[in-house]
Amino acid sequence: MKNLNGYYGQWGGAFIPEVLHETFRQLKDFYSKARKDPAFWQEYTDLMATYSCRPTPLTAADNLSRHFGGARIFIKREDLNHTGAHKANNVMGQGLLVKRMGKGRVIAETGAGQHGVATATMAAKFGFKCTIYMGEEDVMRQRPNVFWMEKLGAEVIPVTTGSKTLKDAINAAFRDWVTNMDNTHYCLGTACGPHPFPEMVTWFQSIIGLEAREQIERQFGRPPARVYACVGGGSNAMGVFQGFLDLPEVELVGVEAGGEGLASGRHAARLASRDGSPGVAQGYKTMFLQDDDGQMRTTHSVAAGLDYVGVSPILTDLWEQGRVRFASATDREVMAALELTMTNEGIIPALESSHAFVQAFKEAGDMSPDEAVIINMSGRGDKDIFTIANAFKDPSWQQFIINKGKEYEAER
Amino acid sequence: MKLSAEIAQASSGKDILLMTHIVLGYPSFETNKKVIAQMVANGVDLIEMQIPFSEPMADGPVIIKANQDSLLDGTRLADCLNFARQMTETHAIPFLFMTYYNILFKYGIEAFCQRAVEAGIQGFIVPDLPPEEGADYLKYARQYDLAPIQIFAPTSTPERMRFLAEAAGGFIYCVARRGVTGTQTTFNEEFNNYIAQCRASTDMPLAVGFGISNRDDVQALIGKADIAVIGSETIRLVDRQGAAAVGPFIAGLR
Ligand SMILES: Cc1ncc(COP(=O)(O)O)c(C=O)c1O
Repeated sequence: MKNLNGYYGQWGGAFIPEVLHETFRQLKDFYSKARKDPAFWQEYTDLMATYSCRPTPLTAADNLSRHFGGARIFIKREDLNHTGAHKANNVMGQGLLVKRMGKGRVIAETGAGQHGVATATMAAKFGFKCTIYMGEEDVMRQRPNVFWMEKLGAEVIPVTTGSKTLKDAINAAFRDWVTNMDNTHYCLGTACGPHPFPEMVTWFQSIIGLEAREQIERQFGRPPARVYACVGGGSNAMGVFQGFLDLPEVELVGVEAGGEGLASGRHAARLASRDGSPGVAQGYKTMFLQDDDGQMRTTHSVAAGLDYVGVSPILTDLWEQGRVRFASATDREVMAALELTMTNEGIIPALESSHAFVQAFKEAGDMSPDEAVIINMSGRGDKDIFTIANAFKDPSWQQFIINKGKEYEAER
Repeated sequence: MKLSAEIAQASSGKDILLMTHIVLGYPSFETNKKVIAQMVANGVDLIEMQIPFSEPMADGPVIIKANQDSLLDGTRLADCLNFARQMTETHAIPFLFMTYYNILFKYGIEAFCQRAVEAGIQGFIVPDLPPEEGADYLKYARQYDLAPIQIFAPTSTPERMRFLAEAAGGFIYCVARRGVTGTQTTFNEEFNNYIAQCRASTDMPLAVGFGISNRDDVQALIGKADIAVIGSETIRLVDRQGAAAVGPFIAGLR
């Protein structure tokens, strides 16, 4: 991961409006000081150990391993992190940085709502004001997360421009930032955006990979043959991959949202499909899903957190170098993998995370029992009960909602 | 550079120049044509034509909506280039393209510069392309005599302004305040200090934009700026009262 001025190969950079130049200079400054200061990382890991649930376990999924009859499957349990996903790692790290910068307000974009909830949680703990931008479509898909953000004290602003999803929430957050940068930090939720965000988010998320490396060596005796992670913006994937980047024999596999299938055009596979092309948007250069004129296309996934037009420039570089292999999982495959994991292991992965399970399940049976694979379970699915119950078209759940609706109606 | 010469020429005998802004294809190219004719007939000195982009990160609500509606209506880059050529052939004032970097990048920077020159365009404003990221852009813009207009912001330090000015051509676009396009600016002491700093950092003409919407604003800029930029306000006006309202509005500004 060589970084020259925020470039990873030909990807990355900082394409920012002039008004933010100073803000980024200051951020880069605080970030590089923190990075060189061992006390900062110590403070971070202490916080994560006492406030969150770190280190999160590495669970041997023996029933699934038996089911596929091949590689031994291990699951890295980011679902057990506070707020239920890996997002908290990044948010808590940035929160400590905000304290050092002396700012009193944080803003964030959110797709699935997971990063929004994590940011609202951090803001509550550190005493920051908090505004979350969320595409109107995602507000509708992820109402329970909106409820929690508001209860945690954040203001949630539905974004009605563009496709009303994650990318539009990012634009809205930038517009807030160019107005309020003096007292506000933009807590970007994934390893995308202008330098130093990809590198900084990746650094905070490396805690996943550092733990996983140690755990697999202790529990299995050696490194895994393959590591699987879902890829939205790329933060959980970069997080776990960093534990194994220095081991060329460990194959790293990123799984993107195949939506209704790559051929349908309704997907969010920037690297695993042939539909992505180089572009510059949202402050950085990467492979985007865009048309011939450079206009961003609408993407689709059952998992809001993967429904995004761009991908981490660091991952694009690793893909180009052949270090990370990319695959995609369709909405339908995701539901099947989720069901299998629940019934065999009593573990409920988020829809985003289930994408990684799909690819691991496709490959595990062809591998040997001497080999291990790690699936990064980026988050838990039980908090997404509305989305998951809906995706399963569960009749008794639907009836419950109808009855609840009637009850509320009668109370009004 | 062609644009610098034209600005110098236009400036003689005027207290301040006017630059206006339109979003191509919004509400339609037909309306754009009428609006531009009204602007030119009423003394506008330069026009920036925004090629719509799906992610207009630095723009406020009025211009975002215009970008979005134009694209929904099916505006393509080729339409914008054709329209630009028609306008530069019809009207004698300088026309610029304002857009986001991906539009140039995706097309190929040199090819885009060639098309822009063929369309009679004299310069570019690209708000998400700082000089550090724009080596190729700056090279080709110079090669094709297109002015790579740079942006100053109230947050820019004096050193930064000098660095930006070195990369710039034509004039400097001074963003009047923090924030995005489309809301009012107040011309206070802080603003005056900022403009004085801009002036001290470059010999190039200074354009001031963001929140300039009426005669008072333009008057307030006389003696400080060389060019007053009217952005969102004409879009609002056309939305509410149609293209015909633009002429009297412009005529009343100076
Ligand atoms: C549980 C979960 N996994 C994965 C993602 C995708 O993000 P990233 O690719 O940055 O890990 C999200 C995003 O919201 C998420 O909530």
